[in-house]
Amino acid sequence: MDNLLSITTFIPAIAAAILAIFLRGEDAAAQRSAKWVALSATSLTFLVSIFILTGFDPNDTGFQMVEEREWLLGLQYKMGVDGISVLFVMLTTFIMPITIAASWNVTKRVKEYMIAFLLLETLMLGVFMALDLVLFYLFFEAGLIPMFLIIGIWGGKERVYASFKFFLYTFLGSVLMLIAMVAMFSDAGTTDIVDLMNHQFGSESFSVLGIHIVGGMQTLMFIAFFASFAVKMPMWPVHTWLPDAHVQAPTAGSVVLAAILLKMGGYGFLRFSLPMFPVGAELLTPLILWMSAIAIVYTSLVALAQEDMKKLIAYSSVAHMGYVTMGIFSVNQQGIDGAIFQMISHGFISGALFLIVGVIYDRMHTREIDAYGGLVNRMPAYALIFLLFTMANVGLPGTSGFIGEFLTLVGVFQVNTWVALVAATGVILSAAYALWLYRRVMLGDLIKESLKSINDMTGRERAIFAPLVVMTLLLGVYPSLVTDIIGPSVEALISNYDTALVEAHGANQVAAAQH
Amino acid sequence: MELTILFAPLIGAIIAGFGWRIIGDQGAQWVATGLLFLSCLLSWIVFLGHDGQTEIVHILDWIESGTLNSSWAIRLDRLTAIMLIVITTVSALVHLYSMGYMAHDENFREGETYRPRFFAYLSLFTFAMLMLVTADNLAQMFFGWEGVGLASYLLIGFYYRKPSANAAAIKAFVVNRVGDFGFILGIMALYFLTDSIRFEDIFAAAPELAETQLTFLWTEWNAANLVAFLLFIGAMGKSAQLILHTWLPDAMEGPTPVSALIHAATMVTAGVFLVCRMSPIMEFAPEAMAFVTFLGATTAFFAATVGLVQNDIKRVIAYSTCSQLGYMFVAAGVGVYSVAMFHLFTHAFFKAMLFLGAGSVIHGMHHEQDMRNYGGLRKKMPYTFWAMLIGTLAITGVGIPLTGWIGFAGFASKDAVIESAYAAGPMGYAFWMLVIAALFTSFYSWRLMFLTFWGTPRGDKHTHDHAHESPKVMLIPLGVLALGAVFAGAIWYGSFFGKTNEVVKFFGGTYGEPAHELVEAVAERSPKASELHYVMESGPGEAAIYIAPENTILHEAHYVPTWVKLSPFVAMLIGLTVAIWFYIWDPAMPRRLAENQRPLYLFLLNKWYFDEIYDFIFVRPAKALGQMLWKRGDGDVIDGSINGVAMGIIPFFTRLAGRAQSGYIFTYAFAMVIGIAVLVTWMSFIGGAE
Repeated sequence: MDNLLSITTFIPAIAAAILAIFLRGEDAAAQRSAKWVALSATSLTFLVSIFILTGFDPNDTGFQMVEEREWLLGLQYKMGVDGISVLFVMLTTFIMPITIAASWNVTKRVKEYMIAFLLLETLMLGVFMALDLVLFYLFFEAGLIPMFLIIGIWGGKERVYASFKFFLYTFLGSVLMLIAMVAMFSDAGTTDIVDLMNHQFGSESFSVLGIHIVGGMQTLMFIAFFASFAVKMPMWPVHTWLPDAHVQAPTAGSVVLAAILLKMGGYGFLRFSLPMFPVGAELLTPLILWMSAIAIVYTSLVALAQEDMKKLIAYSSVAHMGYVTMGIFSVNQQGIDGAIFQMISHGFISGALFLIVGVIYDRMHTREIDAYGGLVNRMPAYALIFLLFTMANVGLPGTSGFIGEFLTLVGVFQVNTWVALVAATGVILSAAYALWLYRRVMLGDLIKESLKSINDMTGRERAIFAPLVVMTLLLGVYPSLVTDIIGPSVEALISNYDTALVEAHGANQVAAAQH
Repeated sequence: MELTILFAPLIGAIIAGFGWRIIGDQGAQWVATGLLFLSCLLSWIVFLGHDGQTEIVHILDWIESGTLNSSWAIRLDRLTAIMLIVITTVSALVHLYSMGYMAHDENFREGETYRPRFFAYLSLFTFAMLMLVTADNLAQMFFGWEGVGLASYLLIGFYYRKPSANAAAIKAFVVNRVGDFGFILGIMALYFLTDSIRFEDIFAAAPELAETQLTFLWTEWNAANLVAFLLFIGAMGKSAQLILHTWLPDAMEGPTPVSALIHAATMVTAGVFLVCRMSPIMEFAPEAMAFVTFLGATTAFFAATVGLVQNDIKRVIAYSTCSQLGYMFVAAGVGVYSVAMFHLFTHAFFKAMLFLGAGSVIHGMHHEQDMRNYGGLRKKMPYTFWAMLIGTLAITGVGIPLTGWIGFAGFASKDAVIESAYAAGPMGYAFWMLVIAALFTSFYSWRLMFLTFWGTPRGDKHTHDHAHESPKVMLIPLGVLALGAVFAGAIWYGSFFGKTNEVVKFFGGTYGEPAHELVEAVAERSPKASELHYVMESGPGEAAIYIAPENTILHEAHYVPTWVKLSPFVAMLIGLTVAIWFYIWDPAMPRRLAENQRPLYLFLLNKWYFDEIYDFIFVRPAKALGQMLWKRGDGDVIDGSINGVAMGIIPFFTRLAGRAQSGYIFTYAFAMVIGIAVLVTWMSFIGGAE
């Protein structure tokens, strides 16, 4: 199949269109059909995407299954996957059926809800596959809209504030990126990502308005892209939209946000920042490493103080993303392998944790930690699942959470031992906040009157967790499933980065000598 | 066979944990216990048949990233073989014992099933511990390391309704994580230096490390010392050494069989095992080793002082464990790894027995743990009494002085530690700390015996009337362990603390003639030890432990002055005498002393105030800092400034927001997204058709 990637990407969009056009009414039957259509479409997408994985050759470090077509206004439509993006595609198609299944109890505007999620899936898949700058930007930005709506319409009490905060933060970041993209086009004369990766952007230092800019264009472009991706990650100190967004978002929205949307930032660093602006990246690396280390400690401490379960997990997400940025900007095999692994693994773990909150939120309609206590007495199966993902979250070896943390730490240690030391304290702090949360919610005697009739997980809920449990343990025990696929591409990325740096430094020295 | 040893407990854990609904409560217990006995039997076969050669069984690749590769594997050498029998023997017996001990538990309500869960956790622990000792690389070792931490967390918090148990469980996990923080930094440093985390590569590179300088935290370090030090921080956490010891006494919240298995015989000795396993590095890290010795000796002393005044029977034994671990670290720290393993080995038997004996007393006394409410139980629990007596004789080191090995297990191994400490530093800090600790050990151990089994019954009369001997499933394990506590020292004395050639051979190395200069140097240092015939010839990593040729402490320890050899025995007698005086002849004496020396008494009773100090300097500030960063940092500073910037456009967006809820904006936005999607779809398929 020549257009496997397009088919995978647009199955959900087509399903959304079908829902929008053919489904009428708000009655129970219509709601049920909307859910089934969405579930079938996302499941089908997942099944089709398996062909991408099986057809993928890890040892080929270039882009595979490339589709290239003329598009309107002289633009081109170009899609492809490489070792860095293919697993994000798989993560997306894997998570989406789970989120739909987790939304089975939604009753408000079900049709629109499902359309929003289906469109979101198409747009997210597009982000990970697009090989054209304009196409990428379209997918990247358009993805904001369904998420904005999901929070703003199906969210909690302060959803409007949260959704605007989410939108503004991410949108303002993107504006800078757009400007940089225009500059890139005018410099390179193409919007093709593959060509851009081979293009050397100017790295000669110059002065603007009396400010001396080391690394010249590359630094500026790097910063512009960084603004966008750092917000998406989110990195400290532009992370404050995330806890609000998570708290207000419906469970499925939180799952998608944590499991997939955050990964776009990390993906962006790997696709654009490192290969296209190596000089800029090299210059800012120390700063970014420190921001990551601070993020880990800072947000872990903040997580310790939370009284709302979702907020706690949101802050823990920020801390875990700190490992990702730290790994990426270590720019060595372990660091980047670890960062990608951490993103994939965090997709399963944080997704599961938000679903775990959802389980009791559905029953008690509160996320307040103090409203719970002693649930283990009535919910043993739930207690086991919660414990497993708590342990995965603190990076217990044997779960996938460990591999990412370990590799990123090993990666950064080779670059900066201080950052490694500070970041490694996250190992202690994560245990403290996660186990404390578990204790306050699950352990102790069941005293609160309101909880005395709470029921354990239903069959549907257990089925939702099953694939996540399997993946978390499987990747923890046999991480080669991931590292074998990403390894060669990461190696190529690093060697290109190093070569580009050497060339850029050489060119700059020549230029300096001529002056 | 190795695979069966390793995976039988895991299978047991899974069957007991998930299959009990099918095979029943009793069935789950028998399956878990049966599989553990199988594992134990095979371990003994492996141990007795082991020829000292290192074998590696590869199971599955694990973390692979660039040059960093590690696998799931079994490294079988003498160290592993020793640990295998210690772990599986104690674990099998504890499983059996638990069938009696856990039969009724008032922490659970009528009709609640808790036993399969308990057995599943015990078996899971055993599996993790076996993974730790069979690792052939640091990553797998770390897996086992954290895995036992998880099992420990689960078992300490087994009575999940008790707030104190939950608090203790978290404390154990988090304090251990502080140690793990050092451990993982050590792993990273080793990878950075040697480009591998496999033992064979690391050990081969050890001599180079000694010559390498490494910049860590802006400071130049000797690589071997730095690595050894970082790894030892991990050992401190797991083995409850001073500074990171506070979790161990609290861990006694768990059911008593857990204390015997995890917090006495196996998990807490993982740190000692780590130091011995890393002996090729340690031998090149003299400063780090000095620190190990110092900290071990200090812990041995500190924990013994606290043990003197505790009233909870389990806490006394817990502090005793902490103190004995200090002995093992001293032995490892002075470079006599075989003696560290010797004490680990004998200690596992007698300490597990003391704990199980204490459990038997607690069981018979309806979960009363305060020794002030015991007394005169000798008649009511004769078998338990005899077991505890043997355990006490073993831990206090009773034997025939100057024979070296004729005596209870603790006699042989503890004296070996003290003699080694003297040989490494005559009249040194470590030696004196250990001798004083031996005196205290004798006192608190006999105090425990006298308060429990002698005198008249104190406390609740009803409880004493119903006090009873424990059932057979609990007494049989005590009997087996008693055999170990009596004979383990004498039987394996030569292998662990015999002539250098014997020990080297036992650990799978080759020995050879010492260099002439070395013989002279030793003769000059200690004339009595001039007959140095053999030193270890195997290089680092070629045998289970590595003893550098210059390291002759093992040899010299046999030639310490006679008074040194007698000192632990004398210390033991003094401790015993004072205990008899305080608790038999003049039972009012301890109270008077406590009143006279009130500040000292409170200082010891409150465990040197470590918990309070930590709460003040770590726990509270961390929580306060979290609050501050959240409210001030995130709230005022970050959101505050961003909101300030956004203030100009907010009115515009609030208007939009008002309309969003009316549904119009919603429709528009949807139309837009759908439009984009349709456009892109259409273009792509049209394009595809061309």
